[in-house]
Parts: sequence; C-alpha cells; structure tokens
Amino acid sequence: MSELTIALTKGRILEETLPLLAAAGIEPVEDPQKSRKLTFETSATGVRLLILRGSDVPTYVEFGAADVGVSGKDTLLEHGGSSFYEPLDLQIARCKLMTAGIVGQTLKSGRIKVATKYVNLAKRYYAEQGRQVDIIKLYGAMELAPILNLADEIVDIVDTGNTLRANGLEPRDKIADISSRLIVNKASMKMKHNQIEALIDAISVAVAENAGMQGAA
Amino acid sequence: MDKVDRWLLPDGIEEMLPEEARNVESLRRRLVDLFRSWGYDYVIPPMVEFVDSLLSGSGEDAELLTFKLTDQLSGKTMGIRADITPQAARMDAHSLQREGINRLCYAGHVMYTRPKSPLASRTPVQVGVELFGESSLSADIEVLSLLIETLQIAGLDKQYIDIGHAGIFKSLAAEAAFTKEDESALFDLLQVKASNEIDGWLKEKVSDQQLADWFRALAGLSGSASILAEAESLFASAPQGVQKALTELKHLAEVVQQRYPQASLFFDLSELRGYHYYTGIIFGAFAPGLGNAIASGGRYDHIGEAFGRARPASGFAADLTAISRIAQLQETAVSGIFAQNSENEFLWEKIRELRQAGERVVCGLSTQAQPQDYQNCDRILVEENGTYVVKALT
Repeated sequence: MSELTIALTKGRILEETLPLLAAAGIEPVEDPQKSRKLTFETSATGVRLLILRGSDVPTYVEFGAADVGVSGKDTLLEHGGSSFYEPLDLQIARCKLMTAGIVGQTLKSGRIKVATKYVNLAKRYYAEQGRQVDIIKLYGAMELAPILNLADEIVDIVDTGNTLRANGLEPRDKIADISSRLIVNKASMKMKHNQIEALIDAISVAVAENAGMQGAA
Repeated sequence: MDKVDRWLLPDGIEEMLPEEARNVESLRRRLVDLFRSWGYDYVIPPMVEFVDSLLSGSGEDAELLTFKLTDQLSGKTMGIRADITPQAARMDAHSLQREGINRLCYAGHVMYTRPKSPLASRTPVQVGVELFGESSLSADIEVLSLLIETLQIAGLDKQYIDIGHAGIFKSLAAEAAFTKEDESALFDLLQVKASNEIDGWLKEKVSDQQLADWFRALAGLSGSASILAEAESLFASAPQGVQKALTELKHLAEVVQQRYPQASLFFDLSELRGYHYYTGIIFGAFAPGLGNAIASGGRYDHIGEAFGRARPASGFAADLTAISRIAQLQETAVSGIFAQNSENEFLWEKIRELRQAGERVVCGLSTQAQPQDYQNCDRILVEENGTYVVKALT
C-alpha cells in the first residue's frame, strides 16, 4: 500500500468528518482537537491526516500535497475550476449560501456594493442575476457591513440565521445549498485508485447510514 | 523601475540555467532520435502564425491560451503558438500534401497566456508526434506505445497511463439530443465526477430513464481494465458508437499491456481531457508527485478540415520541461581539459586535435591562469620536452 494523505478542514467540519473516517477504519492516534500539531498519524498504516484552514484544503489537493481532502462546497465554489475530483457529498456541515441585507430595506437599483469573503462566487452570482456590483472582500463579521453602510448586501453562509437576525439583517436569496465534499487529486485517483476507491466506498456507506438515521429521527 | 525588480521575470516565464538546460536538451535529443527511429520526420513549425490557422479546429481553451499580436505587414492577427499539434496538422494538410501515411514529430517552446495549472510554466517545451492518414486503431496503438517508450527514455520506470474514449460521451449526448449548453454543463460535472450534482442534473434534464442511468454509470466507470467488461454489460443496448468505443478500448488495452507489462493502465470513461478536439481514444500520462498530466494525446480526425483536407490523425504531446524535472536520468557535466592562454601554434594544433577527438578543451584567457570550478576541468595541457601532454589537474 502506498502512502495516503488526507487534508481535513478544522473546526465544525473536522468534528463531523472524524466519525466518517472512523467508519472507514481511519482514526487519528491522538485527538486533533486537543493538539496543536498539524499532521496526525492514524490507526491505518500509511494514512496521514493534515488539519488545515478550510480555504487551504483545495490548494493542497490541487497540487497533490494531499491525495484526498474534505472541504465545504462554499470553499470549492469560490476556488472554482475543475482541477480535482469531487466524487462524494458527505452531507455534513450543511448550511446555505445566501445574500442578506437590512430587514425591510429594498435594494436600490443600479450598481450596489456587496461585502463577502466569497469574491469570485459573489461576482459570478450577481452577474447571472444581471446585476453589476462592486465587491468588498472581508474576512469576517460580514453582518457589520450593511449596518455601517459599507455594503448594501452581503453574501455569506447561513445556518440558523440567528446571527443575521441578532444584527437586524434578513436572509434574502439562496445561492446554493452547502455541505462538505470529499475531493480527490486527479493524479492520485489514477495512481492510488484501489486505495482511494475503497476509502470512498467505506465513507459513502457511512454517509448513507447517517442519512438513514436522520430520516428515522 | 527600481533596480531591485529589474531582474524579475514575469510569473510563469522561465529561464533554464546550465544544469537544467543540459538535462532538457539531452532528453530532447534522445526523444527526437527515438521518434526518428520509429519513422517520424522532424519538423520545425514557426513560433508565430496567423490565429486563423493556429486556432482552427481547436476549442475555446486554445483561444484563451494564445498570446496575440498584430502583423504590421498584413494587418491580420497573429498568435504565438500555445500548441504545436495544429501547426503539424496544417503542415500535413497543406505544406506537405503527402498521400497516405504521414508521420511528423517536433520539439519546441509553446507559450500560454495563463498557466494551465497554478505554478505551472507559461513557456514549457513541448515534444510530440502526429500520425496522419490512418483511421484505424493501429495508429492509436502505435502512438500510445511511443508515448510509453518516451517515458521510459526519460527514466520513468513505471508509466501511469490514463485512457478514455471521446466516442462514448459523444454518442450518448447525441442520443439525448442535448443543447450545446446542456452538453457542456453535464460535461463539466463529469470532469469533476461530482456524483451528487450529476444525479440532480440528470433528474431535471434527462427524462429517458435508460439514458440517465448510462450517464450516471459513466462517472463511476474508472479503474483497471476490468471496468471495460463491466461497461460492456452496462452498455449492452447502448448506441452503436458506444459499443465501437468499448471494443476499441479493449483491444488497445490488450495490445499495449502485452507490449509493456510494467505500464499501469487506468481506464476512465468520463475522462474527456480536450474533448472538443478529440474524436476517439484519449490518453494521458501521470507521474507521482505531479497533479497534472505530463503528456496527453489521442485521436483527432477533424482538425484538417479547416485547411481543406480532413485527415484522420492520432498523436501525443508531452511537456518536456516537466518530464525532465522528474526524470531519473540526470546528466552529469562532461569534464574538460584546461589549456593556458597562449598563442603558440603547436599548442593550438594540440587543442584542435583533442577537440576533434571529442574532448572538451577550455582555454585560459590573458587574465585567467587557472580554471574555475564551474568549468569542470579535471585535466590540464602542459608542455613537456617540447610537446604538449594532458596531465591530471591537482
């Protein structure tokens, strides 16, 4: 068996990914949530985990530094292109990518300002809507932008919508449903096919079981 | 401009220093020799030509990749080649007009407006072969065999070859009578094997259940040659074109695997690299540690049409720069003989003799009495009893 490197997104996605990997027989030898290390050996020989920032996962997989990765669909849409395979929807860390603005405020006509960390995605979305926009790249606390008149709308991921409401904003249009995806480097898929296919199969069984449980509940 | 950044090269524009240049040039020579030993004639197409001919028969990608400039003589737009294949096709269709089979090979720089993948070079050296005039699978088998030998010459002991066939998706898409937009949307989803999105898209767009099942199966059909048998039973009632493609793939796999047992053949029925261009077998070569194909090729039967002479064609192009970087064979620098600066005619005679015998002789200059390290001299010419002899340099 050759070595396999899996890049994971830290935070909520990591929490929900670990049980899926465990179902495929891959468990980190120490708890990644409690360690400051960035790479972890696992119970499966030759399989290594990397714990990265979400937006770095596609980059690692694209260059082949990692063979496989787990990344939010929002990050993938922003990254763009078809430089890796995206064979499995893990159906975890679900949320929606939406536009939002101040409650009750109608959007002015013509060119508007949009604050977001998804610059490419937002540009593409508004262009499809036939609207010319100016994009302001922010790294966090998007909700502040409309309140302080920095932007007319924001584009962000929305889970419960509580943060929006707490800041006097309302969700408007849904751009896409978001969940985490398994992504695979194209060359790895061809050169380590048996190993990666076994991994995808095992995880997709676990994903189907999760879905079954949710259906029953 | 500040002095500090005057030396900077543009992103993705490369120069090769002696060590790398030596490796690239040595590999280039060996490959051109290999191609010649298979009967391929070496051609040198121009760096620049009219975009009309450069971009004929190729897709939108090629248009975006090509640097353009205006020809002051004709007022027409010229392009710096981003691919040599269309040039070889033009030469075959128009400049040479040979009847029957025509085999051409080439090696030269190409230039991209933007790198094909992040960090990739925008000025790689492309080597390749094109076989015109044969529409049967035998040409595809020859070209793929030659690709494997190309990788062997570069010292890649295990060759990872990815094989697909444009005919499968084309036949199914024709059966479904997709609009151009729909075809390209499904194509994009297949390229990333996004099975969930493919499912959703098919539910919405394809009402014929059987056809939807076939498209769905396509994304999952990848692996060793055993998937071809699986595909045959899955596509048993599929259109003629699909059957023909599967038969071709199976036959190609048998012959090539028998010739090169060490090669790792990987089949992927949804892999459609360069789909707009290829009409039959498509293949690519991969190497450990590189996320992108180092060579790709296949059958492209329509490119000559734009030049008024459609010819069946099959070929491959490889990124010589990338292959040379991962090649196991690193050229060692040839050692040399140092000769002191002198105008003595006997010394000059001796130097000429040595050079003719294949030795590398580096002459000192009036201010250089000793060879420098990078000149890699391990011997020196010295005068002994009125003649010049080669002595080890201590």
